[in-house]
Amino acid sequence: MTATIEVRNLRTHFFTRDGVVKAVDDVSFSVASGEVLGLVGESGSGKSVTGFSIMGLVDPPGRITGGSILYQGKDLAGLSERTLRMLRGNRIAMIFQDPMVTLNPVLRIDTQMIEAVRAHAPVSHSQARTQARDALGMVGIPSPEERLSAYPHQFSGGMRQRVAIAIALLHNPDLLIADEPTTALDVTIQAQILAEVQNLAARNGTALIWITHDLSVIAGLADRIAVMYAGRIVEAGESEAVLDRPLHPYTAGLIGSVPSRNRRGEALRQIPGTTPSLLRLPPGCAFRTRCARTDAMCEQEPPPAEPLPGRMARCFHPLLPVPA
Amino acid sequence: MTVPMIELRGLSKRFGRSYDAAERMSRAVARRFGARLTDDTVRAVDGVDLSVMRGEVVGLAGESGCGKSTLGRMVAGIMPPSAGQILWNGQDVATLPPDRAKEVRLKVQMIFQDPYASLNPRLRVAEIVGEAPRVHGLIANGGFDEYVDQQLRQAGLDPAYKRRYPHQFSGGQRQRIGIARALAVQPEFLVCDEAVAALDVSIQAQILNLFMELRRTLNLTYLFISHDLGVVEHLSDRVLIMYLGRIVESAATDQVFSHANHPYTQALLAQVPRIEARKRRFTTIKGEIPSPLSPPAGCHFHPRCPHAFERCTIEAPVLREIAPGHRSACHLNDQG
Repeated sequence: MTATIEVRNLRTHFFTRDGVVKAVDDVSFSVASGEVLGLVGESGSGKSVTGFSIMGLVDPPGRITGGSILYQGKDLAGLSERTLRMLRGNRIAMIFQDPMVTLNPVLRIDTQMIEAVRAHAPVSHSQARTQARDALGMVGIPSPEERLSAYPHQFSGGMRQRVAIAIALLHNPDLLIADEPTTALDVTIQAQILAEVQNLAARNGTALIWITHDLSVIAGLADRIAVMYAGRIVEAGESEAVLDRPLHPYTAGLIGSVPSRNRRGEALRQIPGTTPSLLRLPPGCAFRTRCARTDAMCEQEPPPAEPLPGRMARCFHPLLPVPA
Repeated sequence: MTVPMIELRGLSKRFGRSYDAAERMSRAVARRFGARLTDDTVRAVDGVDLSVMRGEVVGLAGESGCGKSTLGRMVAGIMPPSAGQILWNGQDVATLPPDRAKEVRLKVQMIFQDPYASLNPRLRVAEIVGEAPRVHGLIANGGFDEYVDQQLRQAGLDPAYKRRYPHQFSGGQRQRIGIARALAVQPEFLVCDEAVAALDVSIQAQILNLFMELRRTLNLTYLFISHDLGVVEHLSDRVLIMYLGRIVESAATDQVFSHANHPYTQALLAQVPRIEARKRRFTTIKGEIPSPLSPPAGCHFHPRCPHAFERCTIEAPVLREIAPGHRSACHLNDQG
């Protein structure tokens, strides 16, 4: 079976005045139908740019400089802008952190949704309106008929994000990329949105890439996790395995920093230092300046390895369980 | 019984607009004809009683718009209350003579959420940190540089950077500058308003550790405001839960997290994503937080509460003790 999306050795670089920023550097993963991949990382790790690269939304000075993105086996890089437009918003959709990226503030919701429906389906205006109304109902917006004629500013933040999700789901996409869509929302609203997305993805067999910095959200949502640091995936595997027995010292550090993992009132286990600038990465392993396990070997670039079956880690000194 | 360091009595904050003459007249006419007009007033904080003892860390949690930041700002003295009293070591701060009031204001400092917006971009770090203590005469003659260096080191910053501007620092470092600035006037009480919300996980852990270390070394008392219950649980001795301007529950941290009494607290806790909870079904409380412009009558939570009954729609429940040190505002506690 071919995966819904397969990313192979993707490189997206930004050619800035100060030098080349390797925002995404040799990233590979695949997501099957109905599967949820959690793409985890801190600011500047390249997780959002990975999402933008799949959507074909990388603007100059950024450019995809290598690798391939296979959607149902077809390389998206080889497609014309016209074909890509037919896929985007139809078969492949994205939800952004700020719903106002999706929504036009001066158009009513119905105008925007009907346009989105008719861009990809040969239906009448009234059919499109019905479809839009049903989509709003599906994401839990009360009285969708009336809400259709509202403007985005008349919605609360949580409701706006639901509208953005409804638009993303209009055509039952095969792949949905969600870029921190609940980060700005309150806990109760976040739980509602997570529940909706989880149901819809399961019902339609959508492949879901959930981009976030929040390991706690991922723990409840994802089948598999890929952890990014400074443009690379440093660890990947089944959620449960990665969260319970992380291999890469960075993953272990991230998990250790989560307050609920620590005893109350005790110092949190912290990763020393800060993420290095992507313009001035140390040669070799990018994490070595913050890592307790580093030695001379780490000045070489660690290749992706499989220290345990089904587990990928880019590290010369993974945290392997000590044989008893 | 010792006197609390900070005590709030019936503290309220209303935000409203004033009407011009024409509006007042037309509203009066409309009322004469029986129209029921509501004033456009938001009761951001509605009759809050609270005391914080010296050395305590009190966590204040709630969702957007519940009034937690407004409450924090009133405690820090940067926003005047509409009603109620703030007592500092037993004395009402509103009735203090001016020089004493100034002293109290210095003793309570605030750390803000956005490390980008809360620092003056045109000032160098040394000026940001050193200005207030110099103005208030806390620095001996000629001791400016040494004083600033010490404050920066205390917040985990290298004094070599003090000639730099805020934009030359990362988010975590800027938050440290904000902490150094607050500590420079030698406060005893810190109000931290979402002080780690804008930071990455690994940086958040560093700043939380700094707060705990400062608590030990400087014997600080904190009001720690956060929407992140994981952070609140980790840091606090006691936790308050706010909903639409009112405190609905208050208890020792363990008690809140293991025996939450108020239905809102229970719902909130059930929905916090936890790294220990794997591949689960997300459940939801129905509805959204109502607009604070027109909060529901009675208990503000009743339209979303699974246990609501008639009384909840009419009468606002009082925050009262249900077990030693555990207070909750829910009518269910009155039923046997």
